[in-house]
Amino acid sequence: MRIIVCIKQVPDTAEVRINPETNTLIRDGVPSIINPYDTHAIEAGLQIKEKTGGKVTVLTMGPPQAESALREALSMGADEAVLLTDRAFAGSDTWATAYTLAKAIEHIGADVILCGKQAIDGDTAQVGPETAEFLDIPHIAYIRKIDDIAEGRIVVQRLMDDGYDVVESSLPVLLTVVRELNVPRMPSLKGKMAAKKAEIRKLSAADIGAAEESLGLKGSPTQVRNIFAPEVKTDRKMFEGTAEEKVDALIKELVGQKCL
Amino acid sequence: MLIKINRDKCTGCESCIQSCPFDSIVMKDEKAEITETCQFCRSCLNVCPEGAIYEIEEASDKKEKEEGSGVWVYAEQRDGVIAGVSFELLGAGRGLANKLGTEVSAVLFGATEADARELIRWGADRVYHCGDELVRTFNDEPYADLLSGLIQQYRPEIVLAGATPIGRSFIPRVAARLKAGLTADCTSLEIDEDSKNLLQVRPAFGGNIMATILCPHTRPQMATVRPRVMKRGEYDESRQGEIIPVKTDNVRSRTKVIETIKEVSDISVNLQEANVIVSGGRGTGGEKGFKLLHELAEALGASLGASRAAVDEGWIPYRHQVGQTGKTVGPKIYIACGISGAVQHVVGMQSSDIIVAINKNPEAPIFNIATYGIVGDLFEIVPMLTKKIKEAKGL
Ligand SMILES: Cc1cc2nc3c(=O)[nH]c(=O)nc-3n(C[C@H](O)[C@H](O)[C@H](O)COP(=O)(O)OP(=O)(O)OC[C@H]3O[C@@H](n4cnc5c(N)ncnc54)[C@H](O)[C@@H]3O)c2cc1C
Ligand SMILES: Nc1ncnc2c1ncn2[C@@H]1O[C@H](COP(=O)(O)O)[C@@H](O)[C@H]1O
Repeated sequence: MRIIVCIKQVPDTAEVRINPETNTLIRDGVPSIINPYDTHAIEAGLQIKEKTGGKVTVLTMGPPQAESALREALSMGADEAVLLTDRAFAGSDTWATAYTLAKAIEHIGADVILCGKQAIDGDTAQVGPETAEFLDIPHIAYIRKIDDIAEGRIVVQRLMDDGYDVVESSLPVLLTVVRELNVPRMPSLKGKMAAKKAEIRKLSAADIGAAEESLGLKGSPTQVRNIFAPEVKTDRKMFEGTAEEKVDALIKELVGQKCL
Repeated sequence: MLIKINRDKCTGCESCIQSCPFDSIVMKDEKAEITETCQFCRSCLNVCPEGAIYEIEEASDKKEKEEGSGVWVYAEQRDGVIAGVSFELLGAGRGLANKLGTEVSAVLFGATEADARELIRWGADRVYHCGDELVRTFNDEPYADLLSGLIQQYRPEIVLAGATPIGRSFIPRVAARLKAGLTADCTSLEIDEDSKNLLQVRPAFGGNIMATILCPHTRPQMATVRPRVMKRGEYDESRQGEIIPVKTDNVRSRTKVIETIKEVSDISVNLQEANVIVSGGRGTGGEKGFKLLHELAEALGASLGASRAAVDEGWIPYRHQVGQTGKTVGPKIYIACGISGAVQHVVGMQSSDIIVAINKNPEAPIFNIATYGIVGDLFEIVPMLTKKIKEAKGL
């Protein structure tokens, strides 16, 4: 089985804050991590390989620094790492990202492609299904369990709002995974040593035969016009006085609003 | 478009560095330089005291805008029940269509003609309805084929869908196929007065910042919206509209749903449908505190919500969790007790009509979004509130 796991390096958003006066991000010392959902995708890839044999390739599109995310994935046990990097990729939205990833995946070759459910910086959850569309293969989103996988066929559980669906698909297929799927393993010492020395394969736009007008900002239908801090309500009422006075004031307001 | 720094003007003051949300400005030879990770968000344009940062248009910026007209809402159903978010989107779609002087259409796969008529009463002028057995259960490929085909045939300018497991799964395929821009989880949708483009506002970085997204050249402009974020429009029993039947003859699907397992608890359903929610955080200190909230909820006929901190502590099950990784709720009244108001919590409840915050720390961020704030100890305030509400209701 040829398995490709798409991973993204993201800032640890739990630590990102905005300065409301200047509208700028406070990101001093915010660490870069592998998108948490993608670590579950890596684990799933490793488990599939353990069951069916084959090879796990981790793939990321990003700036040269993203190499550290790939090395971390290698230390967990991935066999090979590919860094898609080119200035032409700058400014990609999900459409252009998915197009580029699909081109690279075609170039490398895969039976199963794994993505995280979403990346915590953009939170779009679009890149996985869009990549499948560009590859013209089926996808199943929000996988919480892999029931069965064999040559040419896979059965998985897809999380829904009201429970889950058991879904069967032919291969090749793209899956996006949720946290419940598994517990990602820690890198082993041996893995860490190997990852340090491993060679990372680099691919450029020309290597994957991508069409220039579909790449980066130029290939992106969406554009970010501006960013700003979440708004603060200004018409709020803070009640004063003793506890009882505050409670009375609140009840009076709620009655006035016909809420009680 | 490109963003550039004029090296002659740059004094190396570094004031632009912090303005970049993507860490794309670095110092090189004591001058600022924009790296390839730049997302062209323009945040840095006005921060330079020397005016050294500027944008230049490229030939490709002046692309012709594609054509299209009408606002479409993808109305989702499961087991023949139309999802609430569809009615909310019809409300939002109506507002956009009025501004554009155009019509609102709904697209419904599965369900019955009676359901299609219901969509008209909720604001649709027209419903494209496919009632075929083949699309009764959700399957990505047939849904994507059918919707892409309709969009190509009728060319709407805007397509909205719910950010649900279904919408978030197959709508991206449609966008990829049509080369359309798609913006996920929008919290506000407006029409730009001048360009008539759709202004799509959404949270990013876990809700720590908001971004306005545009699709300047391509049509349709596509967006998903989480349930309970937009308000329903007016229900009008007498509203008339047109139902256009859609046929599917050749559906291709390489995936098949073998079985559907329901695991819903009444609680999680209640939470999203609730008019009033009493929600507790770490400040409740444990089960004893939650008991007080339970009593308040009972007096109000409310459902019980929680912050992730309270869930992580094991004081209340996960299905009560409100926020980014829990439920999005939008009740008439949301009473937050001992919740600090972290962005990840706030994104899940900020569309509530009235937010009451009870917190002993006057600096807690929850007060920034509250309608009514009480600074105080919940162990004192909540029981008193329960008692007085019972009195007011004559219980
Ligand atoms: C990726 C990610 C996803 C997340 N998703 C969610 C999510 O979906 N939902 C969510 O809620 N959180 C989420 N979080 C966590 C979030 O960042 C906060 O940590 C969490 O919301 C804090 O919960 P809290 O307000 O109950 O606790 P705290 O922040 O500890 O606040 C407790 C509050 O109680 C007040 N208090 C204490 N004692 C009393 C008293 N006796 N009377 C009155 N007030 C009192 C304190 O002043 C304080 O403001 C997420 C975090 C991450 C990183
Ligand atoms: N630049 C990228 N390189 C590799 N994989 C990516 C990239 N961006 C997104 N992905 C994959 O797509 C998933 C969803 O991302 P998103 O649509 O941005 O929320 C992630 O969990 C990754 O698996």
